[in-house]
Amino acid sequence: MADAIIRADNLTRKFGDFTAVDHISFEVQEGEIFGFLGANGAGKTTAMRMLTGLLIPTSGDAEVAGFDVYSEHEQIKKQIGYMSQRFSLYEDLTVQENIRLYGGIYGLSNKEIRQKSGALLETLGMQEMSKKKIGALPLGWKQKLAFSVALLHNPKIVFLDEPTGGVDPITRRQFWEQIYKVAEEGTTVFVTTHYMDEAEYCNRVSIMVDGRIDALGSPAGLKQRYRADSIEEVFVQLARGAQRGD
Amino acid sequence: MRTIKFLLQKEFLQIFRNRGMLPIIFFMPVIQLVVLSYAATYELKEVDFHLVDFDQSSTSRELVAKLQATGYFNLESYSFSTEEGVRKLRQNKANMVLTVPHNFSRNLQLGQPADVQIAIDAVDGTTAGLIRGYTESIIQDFNREIQLAGGPISQERSPGMNIIPSFWYNANLDYINYMVPGILVVLVSMIGMFLSGMNIVREREMGTIEQLNVTPIKRYQFITGKLLPFWIIALFELAVGLAIARFGFDIPFEGSVLLLFFVAGIYMLVVQGLGLFISTITHTQQQAMFIAWFFMVVFILMGGLFTPVESMPRWAQELTLLNPIYYFIKIMRMVLLKGAGWTDIQHLIGGLALMAAVILPAAVFRYRKASS
Repeated sequence: MADAIIRADNLTRKFGDFTAVDHISFEVQEGEIFGFLGANGAGKTTAMRMLTGLLIPTSGDAEVAGFDVYSEHEQIKKQIGYMSQRFSLYEDLTVQENIRLYGGIYGLSNKEIRQKSGALLETLGMQEMSKKKIGALPLGWKQKLAFSVALLHNPKIVFLDEPTGGVDPITRRQFWEQIYKVAEEGTTVFVTTHYMDEAEYCNRVSIMVDGRIDALGSPAGLKQRYRADSIEEVFVQLARGAQRGD
Repeated sequence: MRTIKFLLQKEFLQIFRNRGMLPIIFFMPVIQLVVLSYAATYELKEVDFHLVDFDQSSTSRELVAKLQATGYFNLESYSFSTEEGVRKLRQNKANMVLTVPHNFSRNLQLGQPADVQIAIDAVDGTTAGLIRGYTESIIQDFNREIQLAGGPISQERSPGMNIIPSFWYNANLDYINYMVPGILVVLVSMIGMFLSGMNIVREREMGTIEQLNVTPIKRYQFITGKLLPFWIIALFELAVGLAIARFGFDIPFEGSVLLLFFVAGIYMLVVQGLGLFISTITHTQQQAMFIAWFFMVVFILMGGLFTPVESMPRWAQELTLLNPIYYFIKIMRMVLLKGAGWTDIQHLIGGLALMAAVILPAAVFRYRKASS
């Protein structure tokens, strides 16, 4: 398809003898919420790190926003936002200072930084916490903030690596509301998760088992093909044969 | 440039917010200078000695009194057995045993050679050498006095060469004048070697570096953001240290302080480059710390801070040419104590500049935003 914004072709990553990601191929369309499912250790994070330019692939090809992951990863970085599964804003800086730092790094003007951070804090209802150090905030708030910071520079694609890990159900729900809102505004969302109920919120999902993509399609389509009532059942059917992890 | 400004802002905020590190960074110069400069001394004080006086004459007592009167020697105990003396040495109760044989004063009066024996604990060779030197000169002095006081033999001075030493640049042989410039070097080295490198590894441990690596930030921007704050802090500490040296210790400032800061600026790039390089090959602060310590200890011990480089074996002296601390200690002492100027030290500055030109690009090259 012409308007694929992420394109992976036999993308592979080995660590020594271990093939973490094994010849995966897929495309993500612009504006889509693409769910990247798999058990722990299936290779989701490794695949995502290759697409975000943090890790150089062993073989295969991939393009993100029209740029090659081998030679143009710095161009890719201008087009994407990223939220890692480890919380990675600075805990010893305040909410405001973190926003300012990343705004500055992405080349926003001082005026833009002011406007953006004002709007962002208002949307999140965090105005009173803006002068608080991030380390003092509850995890749910931190995650929502990290997500917003990843979107500060209006990226074309945002990569979310298990964004809702360890977060309570209500915050998870709010988080997905945020994701929908961004997707409506035209940002492509690439999200890894191992919460199967979250998969139902995605436009399309791929299921990774032992480094390979074993299934790819819309949640409804996958359920039909595997004659299952939920994505969880689909996943269990597929993951039963897995060698790795839990 | 703007990106670097934001990064610097962030680093300074974090440094000044780190309650564990901040006091160390700013009290370190004071404590190191004051404590080390006074404590690390080669001047001899209070040598405990054991006396075995078989002679029991007024002459032997005078000799002992003369030793004690210098203030360097302290009569710890006495006995009439050489074995007791050896035992005291072995128990570390005495550093020296002075044995005066039976016919000491009689031989002197008869104009015959008279011997005394000094046995010195030489586990610490340097101290033993010093004890020997001090004792010898005191006994020689004593010898001369006896001769002048109308000993039975030659009244006139024995002819021979007379050496009159004149000590330059540190006329009173003040140990502190020698130590303080060297300790100043150690001070800025610690900051350069440990803090910036450690700072990067800490970000790796916390996972925050990944968020930076996924931004379009450039390598040189990131590295400038990491090096510059500690470069500034180190030069600031040098200023504090120099002020303490000048006004606290009365160290002579013969040369140009500006020149020293210029050299320090280059020197910092070398040690920071090394710290940075270590950070690119390690994953945890513990590993980085351990490796940095290894280099630091070798550099300090072989850099001429305590023991002169000139007395090291040849291979070690050649290795020293790769030791940045050696260069800077030498420059520091030359400039402060001798008033050396640009032409006197340009070859040393060249050495440092060359090291910076090698290690810094190597470290920047090793630093990767993407892992392969």
